[in-house]
Amino acid sequence: MATQAPITAVLDETAIPAPRRMALQVLHDWVMTVDHKKIGLMYIGYALLFLVVAGVEALLMRVQLAVPNNTFVSPQVFNRLFTMHGTTMVFFVGMPILFGFGNYLIPLMIGARDMAFPRLNAFSFWISAFGGLLLYFSFFGGSGLYGAGTAPDVGWFAYAPLTAKVFSPGHSTDYWTLSILLSGIGSVGVALNIVATVICMRCPGMKLSRLPLFVWLYLVTSMMVFVVVSPLTAAQIMLMLDRYVGSHFFDTQAGGSAILWMHFFWIFGHPEVYILILPAFAFANEIIPVFSRKAIFGYPAMVAATVAIGFISLSVWAHHMFTVGLGPGANTFFTLSTMLIAIPTGIKIFNWLATLWGGKIHFTVAMMFAVGFLFQFLIAGLTGIMLSVAPFDWQLGNSYFVVAHFHYVLVGAILFMLFSAFYYWYPKMTGRVLSEKLGKWHFWIFLIGFHLTFDFMHIPGLEGMPRRVYTYEADRGWMLWNLIVSSGAIFHAIGTLIFVYNMIWAFFRGHVAGPDPWDAWTLEWATSSPPATYNFATIPSVASRRPLWDIKHPEDPDSNYEM
Amino acid sequence: MSATHILAFSFGSPTSIFAPAGTPAHSVFNLSMLVLGITAGILLVVAGLLIYALLRYRHRSASTNSEQEPPQIYGSNQIELSWTVIPILIVVMLFLATARVIFSTEHAGKPSTAIDVVVIGHQFWWEYRYPKLDIITANELHVPVSNSRQPTPTYLTMSSADTDHSFWVPRLAGKMDLIPNRINTMWIDPESSGLYLGQCAQYCGTQHAKMLIRVYADDPAHFAAWIAHQQQPAVQNPAAAEGRAVFEHNACISCHTIAGTVATGRFGPDLTHVASRDTIGSGSIPNTPANLRSFVDDPAHFKPGALMPAMHLNAHDLDAVTKYLTTLQ
Repeated sequence: MATQAPITAVLDETAIPAPRRMALQVLHDWVMTVDHKKIGLMYIGYALLFLVVAGVEALLMRVQLAVPNNTFVSPQVFNRLFTMHGTTMVFFVGMPILFGFGNYLIPLMIGARDMAFPRLNAFSFWISAFGGLLLYFSFFGGSGLYGAGTAPDVGWFAYAPLTAKVFSPGHSTDYWTLSILLSGIGSVGVALNIVATVICMRCPGMKLSRLPLFVWLYLVTSMMVFVVVSPLTAAQIMLMLDRYVGSHFFDTQAGGSAILWMHFFWIFGHPEVYILILPAFAFANEIIPVFSRKAIFGYPAMVAATVAIGFISLSVWAHHMFTVGLGPGANTFFTLSTMLIAIPTGIKIFNWLATLWGGKIHFTVAMMFAVGFLFQFLIAGLTGIMLSVAPFDWQLGNSYFVVAHFHYVLVGAILFMLFSAFYYWYPKMTGRVLSEKLGKWHFWIFLIGFHLTFDFMHIPGLEGMPRRVYTYEADRGWMLWNLIVSSGAIFHAIGTLIFVYNMIWAFFRGHVAGPDPWDAWTLEWATSSPPATYNFATIPSVASRRPLWDIKHPEDPDSNYEM
Repeated sequence: MSATHILAFSFGSPTSIFAPAGTPAHSVFNLSMLVLGITAGILLVVAGLLIYALLRYRHRSASTNSEQEPPQIYGSNQIELSWTVIPILIVVMLFLATARVIFSTEHAGKPSTAIDVVVIGHQFWWEYRYPKLDIITANELHVPVSNSRQPTPTYLTMSSADTDHSFWVPRLAGKMDLIPNRINTMWIDPESSGLYLGQCAQYCGTQHAKMLIRVYADDPAHFAAWIAHQQQPAVQNPAAAEGRAVFEHNACISCHTIAGTVATGRFGPDLTHVASRDTIGSGSIPNTPANLRSFVDDPAHFKPGALMPAMHLNAHDLDAVTKYLTTLQ
């Protein structure tokens, strides 16, 4: 990568002296802030906190499952652990961390000074944050299926009628319902804000066809949040009515329908997977080209594939219900719709491949995680095709094969791409570069742990091990595999510790990044690191998808080639 | 358990979906081989191209023009078209193969020789009723072996008494959920006699993990003998009269049925022929007098969260009840 002088055209070099302030003032600053960057960082910090909490829950589960008939935790505790792990990871890690990156980067990438609705932005963060606290307050305030004073234990998809008052007395299920309701309000708030920002706040010259792919993907994700969080919210309200007002939506004892809940939940639940993965694609769309030193291949195809995924993902939900007896007609339809989604997804993988092709690939830690993402997402997609085949799913559904499949997506693809994003944008957010040396340790240890855990997790599923069991029989042949899976968890923990240490170390001791450490091409790298509160001293104007490329290569600007 | 045992089990699990022993499991198996073949092919090609690109196009700082940016290529409609059309063709092929198996399994004609069993899921055990044969039993399902010349498949009509459950015996068929207020059906036709294991595959509450399934596929003679035996009322052994009295004077009868006695409870498993079963606690422990005694004393010892309360009988009554239960052949 060539080094060169900062982009003087838009970079604000006015040095503003930062006065030393008291801790209370700093706290006041953060709590009262409506700055998209601070809110973004709070989202990320909050999600990292919950990542550690939910990760510890996973570790406890893996200790329990390492050998058959283990008594490390009781069945009641185990059931709480997987419920809290799933709920936390989806609603209080996945969503907030992705919204955090979006919040931080979208205004910078489109040359805006803030989001469209800064106060709504702050409201969205705080209400989501309160939702997470409410979920964990259940440890003190709820009482579950068995025993008293403890957390939800109905599973993260909380199938009716297990959530009915008669099967889940006490308040643990109510904490679950309310926390998801609040998180949903926050998510819709952010989504609304992102859509409004992208539609209204772009800098001069940034037509939709010049929008960085990152922003395009967040736009589609946010549109999906609108559509699919609403049924989830409706279902939570119906569940509360069932539990407290005596309505019978899901109350099978009184003629209600258990399947109705499944429809409501999965019309949210499956698009939710795409809501989580599209931001990961967004990171890949920025990071892979920069470290291949090439423009993204097939920009229009990438946008079209994203929009196609957005639409098709709304029609696949009942592939979570192949075993509930919907009949051959429905099973055939949802097999087809699910397989169709493989096509736009495949287009994305091929375009990333073509971006690498003919490039000069720099294996920085960010790129290494991105390469891990490419391979692991490929495999996750292929096991997804297996699960879309309804008869195969009759065997594999609700087994450990499914658990392995979706962790391949959530960890192997999304978390790897998140780590990549941390290594790539941490310098922008803090002004300092994460240690590449520690980063390589982090990458390799995490990679080994990932493959030990999630490759071998497929096997007990093929051998008949269902998910959500607190223990298993010794004569089923699942022990060896579970032992390997559990041993991998140790590597995850060590890798994560290295990452956390790296972030703390780099914050104080890391190399000073400068505005543009990666010689990148999008507008966020035209600001100082970290950017000033107002982002851009003068609003930039752009003539192509890679404004910084144009400045760095005036003899060969992108605008000559774009369709 | 020795290391060799663990290894032998690891690759020869008794619940592997790759050891099909019935028609539905076979058709899933055959389809899964096709799917695995295609996905493995895609993996090889795409991962191969990725690895090639990563090696071939890695940045070499030694080369003379290492500071120069590579040629910028923005896309190609022809190439986009080709990697759209090829996956579409693969999807169409896979879809047609899948649709055929879906319909052949779910729309299979039911022969007149089929056996009917009603399966009712409970927290955390299985109730099996043979309506035409007037048998009610629990946790150990007996079905006849079926072959293509004289098919005697077993049709399961399934529902739940409480929460959702799922019936999964991997070697016989894929799973089917048991959902309250709804009736689902599936069929199995074991091709050889023996014991087929499985377990509940839908989280149903605290003891989901120990809601195990045992399907005994009997050859015709054994199946007929089993039917005849199950149709008898409970054995009345005078030597166990005391235990019977204890059973009938305690809350046992509120939940359990023993045909021919005052015990007509419906909440727990039917115990008319409990001693003829190999296991208790829905397959979780062997049916020995010691285990039985311990289970009656406090079911939570084996199955924490089981809905049967600890009976708090004194040692004498406990012995008597255990003895009575062991006579219920």
